[in-house]
Amino acid sequence: MNNKKLLLGNEAIAYGLLAAGCSAITSYPGTPASEILSSVAKLKQENQLRIHVEWSINEKVAFETALANSYAGKRSAVAMKQVGLNVAMDPLMSAAYTGIRGAMVVVVADDPGPHSSQTEQDTRFFAMAAKVPVFDPVSPEDCFSLVREALEVSESFEIPVIFRPTTRVSHARQDVAVPEKVEISIKPAVFEKEPTRWAATPKFRFLLHRALNRKLEEIAGLDKFRPYELNPGTESGAKTCILGSGVVLTYAWEVMRDLGLLGKIPIYRAPMPFPLNRGFGNFILETYDRILVLEETYPVLEYQLRDRERVFGRLSGTVPEEGELLPELVEDIVVKFFELPPTGRPVPGEAPPRRPTLCPGCPHRASFYALRKVFRKAIYPGDIGCYTLGLNLNAVDTVLCMGAAISQAAGFYHAFKHNSPEDTPEIAATIGDSTFFHSGIPALANAVVEGARFVLLILDNSTTAMTGNQPTPATGKRASGEISAKTVSIPRLVEACGVEFIRESDPYDLKGFIKTLKEARGFTRNPDGGIAVVIAKHPCLMDKTYQSRMKRLRVRVTDKCKSCHYCIDHFECPALTEAGDGKSVTIDYSICTGCGVCVSVCPKKAIVAD
Amino acid sequence: MKGTKGFQQIVLGGVGGQGVLFITKILAGVAMEKGQPVLVSETHGMAQRGGIVVSHLKVGDFKSPLIRPGTADVLLSFHPESVLNHSHFLKEEGKVIANDEGGEEFSINATGLAIEMGSPIAANLILLGYALSKKVLFCDLEEVEKYLRTQVKGNIETNVKALKFGFERGSA
Ligand code: SF4
Ligand code: SF4
Repeated sequence: MNNKKLLLGNEAIAYGLLAAGCSAITSYPGTPASEILSSVAKLKQENQLRIHVEWSINEKVAFETALANSYAGKRSAVAMKQVGLNVAMDPLMSAAYTGIRGAMVVVVADDPGPHSSQTEQDTRFFAMAAKVPVFDPVSPEDCFSLVREALEVSESFEIPVIFRPTTRVSHARQDVAVPEKVEISIKPAVFEKEPTRWAATPKFRFLLHRALNRKLEEIAGLDKFRPYELNPGTESGAKTCILGSGVVLTYAWEVMRDLGLLGKIPIYRAPMPFPLNRGFGNFILETYDRILVLEETYPVLEYQLRDRERVFGRLSGTVPEEGELLPELVEDIVVKFFELPPTGRPVPGEAPPRRPTLCPGCPHRASFYALRKVFRKAIYPGDIGCYTLGLNLNAVDTVLCMGAAISQAAGFYHAFKHNSPEDTPEIAATIGDSTFFHSGIPALANAVVEGARFVLLILDNSTTAMTGNQPTPATGKRASGEISAKTVSIPRLVEACGVEFIRESDPYDLKGFIKTLKEARGFTRNPDGGIAVVIAKHPCLMDKTYQSRMKRLRVRVTDKCKSCHYCIDHFECPALTEAGDGKSVTIDYSICTGCGVCVSVCPKKAIVAD
Repeated sequence: MKGTKGFQQIVLGGVGGQGVLFITKILAGVAMEKGQPVLVSETHGMAQRGGIVVSHLKVGDFKSPLIRPGTADVLLSFHPESVLNHSHFLKEEGKVIANDEGGEEFSINATGLAIEMGSPIAANLILLGYALSKKVLFCDLEEVEKYLRTQVKGNIETNVKALKFGFERGSA
């Protein structure tokens, strides 16, 4: 029985994966993809499904784990954000050649804008590079059905496929009809050995490549995924049309409706933008004089239409070359394209900008504050997570990609090592616990062997905070809630990488923490020294299990406050605000968590804990 | 009420931690109870960390999860900054319901009243109740109350009390 539920796009994907019978679903969290696996895990528990669900250590591992399930003939899915695919590109490229037995869908959520990512790369291009089909859903409802069709294609052609929602689809909610009870029947795993495929040497790889090209050619001929009209029944004889894929078409549909053009101009939707249906490619170029291509974020459909005179999009300059295509932008593009009078539209007011900041009481704030106290003029390589916001405390100088803080710290060390001592800055890098597991370990081993010297602060809050508190290998928690008997210790990993200075310290004890950092700095300067690792240990305040046991202090500002604003400027806890008199500092108790760290920050000792 | 019945676009804006998403989901649930199609767009990720949070709610015959500037019927502003940030979504005859001391045609100090009530986090429901009293939404008090009572999360009685409190303030 079906019933309608208000589902996020990501939840609808989870329902679709289970409805299609996926028996292994893996992921590494990342906005906007994180809710896919957490929804699967929830459904697994609620329906007591016998499937394997895991938060993997990184996207590459997640991919390979799911892939083996498909080699064994079972259906699988792996979910990640778009930059996660950069990490999993290696297995994807090769898996496109080997193919699979049981269906495999790679769900990759893109982030045009970008809203919460370091790039706005278009995964459809990655699909082209790997030569695998890619599906582009337009809504949560569409996610539920299209992901199942994607899995069917995958299994019938023995090819991994990509399913690519964007932020606006992943984080849209819609009433979607889904089965009341989720049931899946799973066949037993069978691995048929076939070395020329699963372990192909270069000679056989050439043949696999040829087979892959054949598969793609056949898929491009499937009528099922031929672009179709979102507004069927338009007046015949139109010489202009819109072609696109993804959520941007829903904006176009509403804009065209409001302009009264819905009955006149066909809007073609490509559910599978690569490979573009072969017959359709010819048809559209033969039928229309002007084709407007709307897609995010790169010109993937546009490149596939071999005509630069009649096709208008990002390449022709009709559509901006970068950025999310918001509905208002689509309206402007459409109005200009159809030579209509410009529509007036209100513009946003001038609100004071609000920058994102670490939560009140976040242990990272204490760590960064201490770091700045000890290292006044260092280079601060940073990394990806909540703690990127150490930017606000001037304690983050670089943010490149997962794990880069460590390799870049080493790189800076080598870059400066032949400078004169007075021109050689100190280096203090920060990385989160989950990010360290994800890709910090090889970087650390490498830095040790190459003789780099820097202080590495591992911000260990026992969770993956930014994306909604997923577990890390150190906690032993599994996605579906079980507790594993096996955990992985960060200090022991660090030790195994060859680091000789390792200390754990709680940043809430600011004085003790500063002392530890100073020792660490001493070690990097010592002739026999090297890399010093300090593990800042304190749970994330958003971790529900911690919230209940956290010790909360009642903090207040006494009349010793000299209105110097040192705490606001250098510690920037959002709960410390200017009082009504416009000078002295007061505490916003609606958000203060009672961590008490500000007590040691105030130079005038004006903040006290009772 | 302007526009077709059951054909409404609402922007809900505030800052992280005010329960903007909670109210969005309540209204979406009510719309579904009324048999209306709904589309919602919400804020996640980096922007949630103390930044401005906005959701779009569309009830009726729509396809896009986003509201275009100049087309929204109602702005529910949970924080004064949202009036500045999000008023441009409204169409000319669109209405602002503001959690504020005054300034707008429809405003109520929901934050202050919630503290008086002894449950500061219920300011969002006071504002919703107030909006319902002004008859600018696609649904009415009874429908929202009925839906709230079916929810498992949160304290139902406190929630309903806050909702009604806001409604009464607005009707006075
Ligand atoms: S979610 Fe946790 S780690 Fe992230 S800013 Fe808040 S307290 Fe810090
Ligand atoms: S105790 Fe101080 S530092 Fe901690 S949350 Fe409250 S104001 Fe911020």
